[in-house]
Amino acid sequence: MLDPVFILIQLLNGVQYGLLLFLIASGLTLIFGIMGVINLAHGSFYMIGAYLALSLTQFTGSLFLAVILGIPIAIVLGLIVEHVLIAHLYDRDHLYQVLLTFGLILIFNELQSVIWGDDPHGVPIPEILQGSLPLTDVLSYPYYRIFVSLACLALAVGMYFVIQRTRLGMMIRAGASNREMVETLGINIRLLYAVVFSIGITLAAVAGMLAAPIESVYPGIGEQVLIICFVVVVIGGIGSIKGAFLGALAIGIADVFGQAFLPDFASVAVYALMAVILIWRPSGLFGRS
Amino acid sequence: MIVTPNRKLFAVIAAVILLLGLVPVFADTYFLKLFTRILILAIFAMSLDLLIGYTGLVSFGHAAFFGLAAYMLHLVSPEYDAANALWALPVCVLAAGVAAAAIGSLSVRTKGIYFIMVTLAFAQMMFYLFHDSKFAGGSDGAFIYVKPVVALFGVTLLDMGDRVVFYYLSLGFLAVTYLLLLMVLRSPFGQVIQGIKVNEQRMLALGYNTYIYKLVSFVIAGMFAGLAGFLFAAIDGFVAPQLLSWSESGVAMMIVILGGMGTLFGPILGAVGYVGLEEVLKSHGLVGFVADYWQIPMGLFVIAVVLFLPSGLGGAVARLVAPARVVKSEDEDD
Repeated sequence: MLDPVFILIQLLNGVQYGLLLFLIASGLTLIFGIMGVINLAHGSFYMIGAYLALSLTQFTGSLFLAVILGIPIAIVLGLIVEHVLIAHLYDRDHLYQVLLTFGLILIFNELQSVIWGDDPHGVPIPEILQGSLPLTDVLSYPYYRIFVSLACLALAVGMYFVIQRTRLGMMIRAGASNREMVETLGINIRLLYAVVFSIGITLAAVAGMLAAPIESVYPGIGEQVLIICFVVVVIGGIGSIKGAFLGALAIGIADVFGQAFLPDFASVAVYALMAVILIWRPSGLFGRS
Repeated sequence: MIVTPNRKLFAVIAAVILLLGLVPVFADTYFLKLFTRILILAIFAMSLDLLIGYTGLVSFGHAAFFGLAAYMLHLVSPEYDAANALWALPVCVLAAGVAAAAIGSLSVRTKGIYFIMVTLAFAQMMFYLFHDSKFAGGSDGAFIYVKPVVALFGVTLLDMGDRVVFYYLSLGFLAVTYLLLLMVLRSPFGQVIQGIKVNEQRMLALGYNTYIYKLVSFVIAGMFAGLAGFLFAAIDGFVAPQLLSWSESGVAMMIVILGGMGTLFGPILGAVGYVGLEEVLKSHGLVGFVADYWQIPMGLFVIAVVLFLPSGLGGAVARLVAPARVVKSEDEDD
């Protein structure tokens, strides 16, 4: 009954979904961990990424060009939003951060509806990545999904390298553990925050661009992903990239297997997993209590 | 935080409630329904103020209890007959309380950002429970064909299907909710939860089991949210998963902040302000083409409140009519 190849495909899908979630959740957890800001609008940047992929692919004819053009747009958007709005939220109660970013979601959602309309759209898979890798006579695995997994993995490795091995990464790690000390050492914390925010939302936008050909692009994709990423961050522990990585894989796999075997309860399964982990470790797997 | 309003403030609150009592005299059906919604959302937000404003628990999943109680009314209502509110209401409120106890027992263990996200995640779980399953209409929602009545020995005393009766009933519940929560806050229990908001470590050091106090506060708030949910379901006789959605929790939070958190009466002002503004922004007659894009001005308004009016309308009113010492500073947290 349970075909091992079918299981393998589900596992690959779960890992691919998990890696995609990791891109989004890592930005979320960085912004929490370093800036102390809860960014509800994080999912909106995922949505913006997906819609950018849609428009830029139509414009340039290639998803790869769309991603290359989309990244600087996301970076600039991040810097603007940080400077105009998020900068007022440091040291304020989380409640106000929740509300302000909630207001941002309303604005982004309406802008999305004004610019792109409310119909779902598909984004074509780039030609060289079309087709699937045959696994058995009937089952195969799409090349594009393999590409997404590898791209996410490459970004994850790159992020690890930046955080562990570069000067910027050193500042980020220092900023996460002691803000005052970092400032005393002459590092411009405001600039660091702006950079971290911008990197974080760009990761989310890139995830949206990569996901666009897999899921169709529709209103509200950002919100669904946001809440799943909250679960990832809660499981992994706030501020922990390693936790976000493991949490994202766990949620990705749990969700895909849930969809395959218990379709009615798949969305609930993810939250049940979170509840169990919280009973065991109230501040997540790698969280500092 | 305002626990006991002084005489002037109390007079203002009483005047607001009296003014709301005059609404049915002037309003047509549409406005009456609008104001009924405002009253019920005020109850909902008031219950959230107990958590946010007085216990220091920023719950982002409060709609779970609101929506659950609304669904309970659908589930306990006979298909072609009216449910009797005398038992249906306690059942719905109790269901919300049980859910709050279950969710609270896990989430209250966490703090700060965790608490926000965990409550959101649990509420989302409830949302999907109703949204994805065939049970109770799934994503389409479900109807309550006959609205509940208050009946004793087979005699119908109040019919919630009657708009005016229902309006006054909601207003009465709002006043009762306010007074009951005021009593809770003035009790020794209320003193402890406010102590927890200011400094939980100190309360622990004084020997209070803060976990239990926070949990009880969470359950009380959940039950009043349930009361609001019950009433909300009776407005249109329709329930949908959106009642449990995170944007509903966000709206409640917005009403609390706009009204002024830690004022308890603020949510009344907040509900009038928020729902009123939404109504204006959605009205083509008043704002023209902007109505098609009402979420943009609404979002800007939310952001403006956060940036420029952090103590809300209630804080402003309190400062006008009450001596400064009643309103303490915002950042009592350690």
